[in-house]
Amino acid sequence: MTELTLAKAIGAGLRRALQDDDHVLLMGEDIGELGGVFRVTDGLKHEFGPLRVVDTPLAESGIVGTAIGLAFRGYRAVCEIQFDGFIYPAFDQIVAQVAKLHARTNGAVNIPITLRVPYGGAIGSVEHHSESPEAYFAHTAGLRVVTPSNPQDAYSMLRQAIASNDPVIYFEPKRRYWTKGEVDLEAEPMPLDKARVVREGTDVTLIAYGPLVATAVDAAEAAADEDISIEVIDLRSLAPIDFDTVEDSVNKTGRVVIVHEAAEFGGLGGEIAAVITDRCFYSLEAPPQRVTGLNVPYPPAKLEDHFVPDLDRMLDAVDRVMGRENSLTGWSAR
Amino acid sequence: MRTGVSEKTQPTAVSVDAEADLPVQLLSPTGIRVESVEYDSWVEDLSDEDLLAIYEDMVVVRRFDNEATALQRQGQLGLWPPSLGQEAAQIGSARALRTDDFVFTSYREHGVAYVRGVKLEDMTRVWRGTANSGWDPFTVNMATPAVIIGAQTLHATGYAMGVQRDGADSVAVAYFGDGATSQGDVNEAMIFAASFKAPVIFFCQNNQWAISEPVGVQTIRPIADRAPGFNIPSIRVDGNDVLAVMAAMRVALERARAGSGATFLEAVTYRMGPHTTSDDPSRYEDLAEREEWAAKDPIKRFEAYLESLGLLTDSVRASVKAAEDDAAKRFRAACIALEDPAPLTIFDHVYAEPHSGLERQKREFAAYLSYIEGGTR
Repeated sequence: MTELTLAKAIGAGLRRALQDDDHVLLMGEDIGELGGVFRVTDGLKHEFGPLRVVDTPLAESGIVGTAIGLAFRGYRAVCEIQFDGFIYPAFDQIVAQVAKLHARTNGAVNIPITLRVPYGGAIGSVEHHSESPEAYFAHTAGLRVVTPSNPQDAYSMLRQAIASNDPVIYFEPKRRYWTKGEVDLEAEPMPLDKARVVREGTDVTLIAYGPLVATAVDAAEAAADEDISIEVIDLRSLAPIDFDTVEDSVNKTGRVVIVHEAAEFGGLGGEIAAVITDRCFYSLEAPPQRVTGLNVPYPPAKLEDHFVPDLDRMLDAVDRVMGRENSLTGWSAR
Repeated sequence: MRTGVSEKTQPTAVSVDAEADLPVQLLSPTGIRVESVEYDSWVEDLSDEDLLAIYEDMVVVRRFDNEATALQRQGQLGLWPPSLGQEAAQIGSARALRTDDFVFTSYREHGVAYVRGVKLEDMTRVWRGTANSGWDPFTVNMATPAVIIGAQTLHATGYAMGVQRDGADSVAVAYFGDGATSQGDVNEAMIFAASFKAPVIFFCQNNQWAISEPVGVQTIRPIADRAPGFNIPSIRVDGNDVLAVMAAMRVALERARAGSGATFLEAVTYRMGPHTTSDDPSRYEDLAEREEWAAKDPIKRFEAYLESLGLLTDSVRASVKAAEDDAAKRFRAACIALEDPAPLTIFDHVYAEPHSGLERQKREFAAYLSYIEGGTR
């Protein structure tokens, strides 16, 4: 076991993938000499050379499009998109090419590309640096979408994503890059598309992923003080979603709160709520609740604390599904 | 009078009125061999048999293309994008390739696909709607057509970057049209190719039209002039002259194999048919211009040349006619015989590895189909 930050764990996963398979290569802006703007690829260019750690022209569509051509030639490109909000110039190559080429060629061509995307807010940055665009990609058939919440998963899931013969969008919770944790570099990982019950509970299921898993665990701790037992699920995979694990939990608790930073409308929370309503209808004690980013463009940094779901908003939703006083009922007269 | 202010002078800017180079030409529109110090040597190895094989390819592909248009009119194909008039650009360039080169095309390159060895009926699967693509790219080293304009130029460039890493001397070729040159992807592809010196050829068939928009909407200068700005040398070639196209392609291939990087070829040709069978060129086409280009027809031109060499004997004509008739007959039968796929194949090959979400939907949809067809659950 080694103690690593989440960012260092990703770096360790990249190093291991480069060592294990000489057809793996990294592509991205500033990932070479600089080691990436978050230093995730620090030192890798010197270790593996410029043909395997490629500082590319500043063109996201070009990065993804050439990665596809490399896949035709048998290579496995791991592309870094510098920030969530910079992925849109590559949108066509991702949804019209990466996602569809395996189907388009009747299975003849594999596109084992991994796209690493730092995402999410609460880092005090400017526009285009704090977005959560996962729903666009989860909606697209042919892509897999995953997001780790801790250093061990960051390491293991990245290696699984790179080894997968399918394209995987690997969303990195950038505000958790500096979270430390024990990482077993030889651990046998759980399946990439399985969710994990992070904390067991009996009253409410709190479903989170990526950067909000830590907040959800904090909320569960706080609720325990008031004798509310919360089960926290870390989805890990957003496409596909492990609904079996979700179903088991909600059938047990009867109450569910889904949280994500992405805006509510058209977000994954709606999909999850729909499936839960379908599969757990007779177990539900209250309507599923969502705590999400607001339906607005990501705000200026001085307003982002109101946008990004925090512990208090999660607990307010817990109060709603528990039938306790909450922001919708207001305080009762005392 | 103002004082203390120097008079402004106009700095010398890069000239924009450079005269377009005349396209490289080895055959005049009437089929007379034009001497070229630079390019003659690149086609001097072609034997009489080679010339006749090129001719037969062009004739067969034109016939196939006309048959496909007819099948669309008969309701056998949903849509068809004719390659009529572009046979020299496609056959001449594709015949210069080695089998280990890899081709990424748009959707009009039937002549290229034919030379690569794609079966004629396989070219029509997509347009009949029975499959997402007609062939396995690795059996002919040609990707199936890209419909999103220009996207495939990046794939070709990436493939070439892979060739570099393998230490091989294969070449990737991107085929695209004049409209595609306005796409960001094509420009990004040239940037990547130039920065990494990738062995890729950008083969632009300037057929003068992007559906209804004349090439002047995409560019004022000749398209070939753009590439040198990326430090990619370019050649403007008469795209209706099969010998000139082959010569220029061979020049570009040799550069790429020698490690000198990308070349941009602009084959100046003309789309003699509609954009697709859904298009109506009468709404925008200049008939005089079309007539002008009809006089430069690539097949008639090559025929005249072969005649001048005494190669088009009666028996050769008869054998070419038999070849095109036979190809057309076999193609029609095979195309009409293409069957609709089974409903549940809709779930095939979405992912390379098992996917829990899709497997569940497939089970549910299979149950639904079985239910409405009167089966039991």
